[in-house]
Amino acid sequence: MPSRRRAFLVLTALAILAVASGFVSLAVGSLPVSVPELLAIFSGQDAGLAGEVVRGLRLPRTLGAFACGGLLALAGGLMQVLLRNPLADPYVLGISGGAAVGALSAMLAELALVFINLASFVGSFAAMLLVFGLARGDNSWTRTRLLLTGVIVAAGCGAAVALILSIAPEQKLHGMLFWLMGDAGHIVNPWPALWTLAVGLVAVMPFARELNLLARGEVLAGSLGVVVPRLRRLVYVLASLFTAVAVTTAGNIGFIGLVVPHLLRLAVGNNQRLLLPAAALAGGSLLVLADTLARTAVAPQQLPVGVLTALLGVPVFLFLLGRQPGGR
Amino acid sequence: MTMALLETAQLDVVIGGCTVCRKLDWRVMPGDRWAILGKNGAGKSTLLSTVAGLRPHASGAVHIAGLSAYATPPRELAKVRGYLPQVQYDPFASAVLETVLVGRHPHLGRWDWESCEDRRIAESALAEVGLTGFAERQVQTLSGGERQRLGLALLFAQKPRLFLLDEPLTHLDLNHQVALMDLLAKRAAQGAGVVAVLHDPSFAARYCQHALLLFGDGDWLAGPVADIVTAENLSRLYGHPLLQVAGCPYPIFIPE
Repeated sequence: MPSRRRAFLVLTALAILAVASGFVSLAVGSLPVSVPELLAIFSGQDAGLAGEVVRGLRLPRTLGAFACGGLLALAGGLMQVLLRNPLADPYVLGISGGAAVGALSAMLAELALVFINLASFVGSFAAMLLVFGLARGDNSWTRTRLLLTGVIVAAGCGAAVALILSIAPEQKLHGMLFWLMGDAGHIVNPWPALWTLAVGLVAVMPFARELNLLARGEVLAGSLGVVVPRLRRLVYVLASLFTAVAVTTAGNIGFIGLVVPHLLRLAVGNNQRLLLPAAALAGGSLLVLADTLARTAVAPQQLPVGVLTALLGVPVFLFLLGRQPGGR
Repeated sequence: MTMALLETAQLDVVIGGCTVCRKLDWRVMPGDRWAILGKNGAGKSTLLSTVAGLRPHASGAVHIAGLSAYATPPRELAKVRGYLPQVQYDPFASAVLETVLVGRHPHLGRWDWESCEDRRIAESALAEVGLTGFAERQVQTLSGGERQRLGLALLFAQKPRLFLLDEPLTHLDLNHQVALMDLLAKRAAQGAGVVAVLHDPSFAARYCQHALLLFGDGDWLAGPVADIVTAENLSRLYGHPLLQVAGCPYPIFIPE
């Protein structure tokens, strides 16, 4: 039974989790910083080296990881409604593939970081427009057609990525692989992603109840007063935008977008009014914690966080799938 | 004069370049119970979703309770017209009560959550279709017949004045078929209009006052069942000779 009060309680708990994960991420590392020190740093006191590390390195990385995790989980939740498939994820429609082709091409051409990010964003948008244009083809824009087009575009991008990797000089391969696996280490400016998350959530919430209907079928949604084609376009564009921004910021981080909305759906039900903001908070917290683990587990060596999320995500997902026959 | 709940004027319904219904003039008044009959592929479902305003039509006009089916905001239309799709499937888990509450959507504002009143409406809708006590069950655990009745409960929670039902009797046992037709008759007695796609002409003859026959080639026949649902018309409709069994209190048709 949907109720506002329960939604408020769940979201409050997740918000506390988000803040706590942020503190953990800021405090833990090769230079441990205590909570009183953190509070001192945030109240504006100069805390020497600790202050520099927290403000200059850990804060942007933590905020960026939170924003990307939130964006991916939100995009995943939206894609699952759009495709009416609980196993859909933000990358299923080829957006990350486009981003990878863009970013790796820029790396191959030895462009600066800002151009790599730009190329990644352009690549993801090109993939999005391509899928959108091709899937519309005969104007029917069915789910199967959209999914098939996305999968084929993703496969094409995968081939292009393999081509770039095979012709790239050896000293560039490490950076490329890290980008492909997802890495929060090179986040310099978290603000575009954070703003996208905040504005995106505000943009999608007015349609949350209509999304509940869309998840139950287009005919049902249409008969109950939802303008289905318009809503689907909106969801598609927003989910693609969220994915593009996340991938541009931190590379191809897998499984957050698939597992977080799926887990939350089991825990709090399939009510998008609660699920979408909850996914944003939980996805962000999860990626912050995973990234903290990635940079401390085998320190001073850093792991790409995408590898960790996948390593954690695969068993969790298989467990859920085994427990829920039919993959709901 | 009362306003028709559904009125079509010179309506053409085309599917895949084939006209399944040509220049249909049809009127459903409050209290009317209509059956749509025709063989598989004759365009029954297409016609139903077209008059529901869910599908573009080739030419002609459709009005639902005086509102143009194509120029009215869908949410306004959903307050007066309920539509039961032929198949209902649930990719995501959901509780029964939550599913029925979906029917309240057109009556709620953008930021509203379902109120206690909505919950009460949903619970009485469940009671009407005999699903009291199922509120917390998961839809995916329901049998075909229970799922079908849940779809109807959703429609009852929507509280439309015009019911458009695509094969409402699918998956239902005989007792539930009769119970369902009685429920719809009750709605009609309260002033609703009911249109149902049915497969059994005997059922149509017994529970509906009017019938619309779709011959699949664009021809149609509409009128009171006594005039329309005859062995001769049905034989042409189904492309197979039918006989009316003599001496029964209700008309019964069997294949020859």
